[in-house]
Amino acid sequence: MAQSVSVLKDSEQPKASKHSPNQQTNTRRLLTKAIRLVLFYALLILIWQGLAASHIWKDYLFAGPIDVWGHVLSGFQDGTFGVAILTSLRRLAIGYGISLVLGVLLGLLVGSNRYIEETLGSLILGLQALPSVCWIPLSLLWFGLHEQAMIFVVVMGALFSITLGVDAGIKNTPPVYIKAARNMGSQGFALSTQVILPAALPSILTGLKQGWTFAWRSLMAAELLYITVSLGGLLENGRDLNDIAQMFAIMLIIVLLGVAIDTLVFGPLERIVRVRWGFAR
Amino acid sequence: MAQQLRAAQRTIQSNGDALSPLAGGTSIRVSGVSKTFYSNGRVVEALRPVDLEVEAGELVCFLGPSGCGKSTLLSIIAGLEDATSGDVFANDKQVTGPGTDRILLFQEAALFPWLDVQQNVEFGLRQAGIPAKQRATIAQKFIETVHLQGFEHSYIHQLSGGMRQRTAIARALAIDPAVLLMDEPFGALDAFTRDRLHTELETIWSATRKTILFVTHNVREAIALGDRVVVFAPRPGRIVREFRIDLPRPRSLEDHQLVDTAAEILQVLRSETEASEQVEEAYGTVR
Repeated sequence: MAQSVSVLKDSEQPKASKHSPNQQTNTRRLLTKAIRLVLFYALLILIWQGLAASHIWKDYLFAGPIDVWGHVLSGFQDGTFGVAILTSLRRLAIGYGISLVLGVLLGLLVGSNRYIEETLGSLILGLQALPSVCWIPLSLLWFGLHEQAMIFVVVMGALFSITLGVDAGIKNTPPVYIKAARNMGSQGFALSTQVILPAALPSILTGLKQGWTFAWRSLMAAELLYITVSLGGLLENGRDLNDIAQMFAIMLIIVLLGVAIDTLVFGPLERIVRVRWGFAR
Repeated sequence: MAQQLRAAQRTIQSNGDALSPLAGGTSIRVSGVSKTFYSNGRVVEALRPVDLEVEAGELVCFLGPSGCGKSTLLSIIAGLEDATSGDVFANDKQVTGPGTDRILLFQEAALFPWLDVQQNVEFGLRQAGIPAKQRATIAQKFIETVHLQGFEHSYIHQLSGGMRQRTAIARALAIDPAVLLMDEPFGALDAFTRDRLHTELETIWSATRKTILFVTHNVREAIALGDRVVVFAPRPGRIVREFRIDLPRPRSLEDHQLVDTAAEILQVLRSETEASEQVEEAYGTVR
């Protein structure tokens, strides 16, 4: 065996590691970035307050930051905002979960078989072109004003993006990976889960992210039509009550939730891909 | 630790016993293998029927310009591509598909970017269902063989081209194949790294006595490494001549005997190829 192999000394060095170049400058860079951000938003709120105080618009058309903040606090105190957030997130989670499972399966199917790709693939490409809010009328007709209608809209919003992401990932996988894996005895389920899916990960992630944006948008649109305690529902409710501060407060919360999901869910996934594949920031 | 290592080596050896050829026997036998395919309504003869026998433990280089069918033949031997006609026998067993007794190494190394170096080396062992602890021990051993200690947890994009090829070699050796099929593995490397890897490959080869088929378009690389150099010519792809290289090892690329042999082989290639300009383009004069 190769036990006694002794070969020339190696002087090759790896390419410069990403983390080494001067930790200190890095920290300083992050700090100055944080300061810039804080300054920008402080200025924005100041301008906002100034506009509100100047009463250019009527008070029932434009709310100032203090009113909105008051509304955010009272909304959380009486529990409505908490319930609304949970309701909307639950719909998103169930719907997105369903389209995740279906989308990965469909993507694998379309990506691995030429005939399915020609037929089903073309249909999915067509449906992807349909803005997902367009599913709302049909969904209300089929399911009535029920939870299922909301979840259906979310599923339709995310499903095709995820499917196409998986499909594209499989197509863009260098064939040499599959050859090497098969040569090393990988086949069937192990080949799919250990080679094809991880190789497709960067592209799958793009599909997942696009799917989530579409799902979130169509859910908000659907909730506007359906009066319950949900984020979209409260937004519409604010209009009915002529409560401009509530509308601003809900919109703020929708933005913050979106940013939170982006950074907490997709941030770490994107970091994994960046570190392993070595994609530039 | 030492005990574990010995246990791991025992498994490798017992694996190897089933696969490794008898000393002096035939490792690879190629009989009447050809490859034709249709392209734009034309029949392209990628490889005319060839016969070839490779002894166990032999290091044979396939030499020729691009389009001469040398890589195609290697793929067919690996079982990753079907022949239009003919049969391949590895260790007297007919080849019907890819197998872990014949591992193909690619020019682009084909390492998996989502795995680190060690996980890449363990890949084949994982497919064989070898438990994690044993995998780690075996992987460690071959990472040491190719001098990559300290880079076990580096990702592929962090490695240089030479280190990627070393990782690929370790990944292949970990499976303990009887035959290594190397498809221009050092073709994309700079001359210094390539020289060093030649020496390392020779050392690994003499320690493991694996059969190696090495595809290259570099005449001097072929002569420096091979016991035998099989010369291919293009359009249609075919074997034109075989040279047995009896120069003592280790060989130097500057050795005048080696350079003379290179000139002789180039002469053969030139006269055998109608499209001589293309040979000029691919080889130039003996450098």
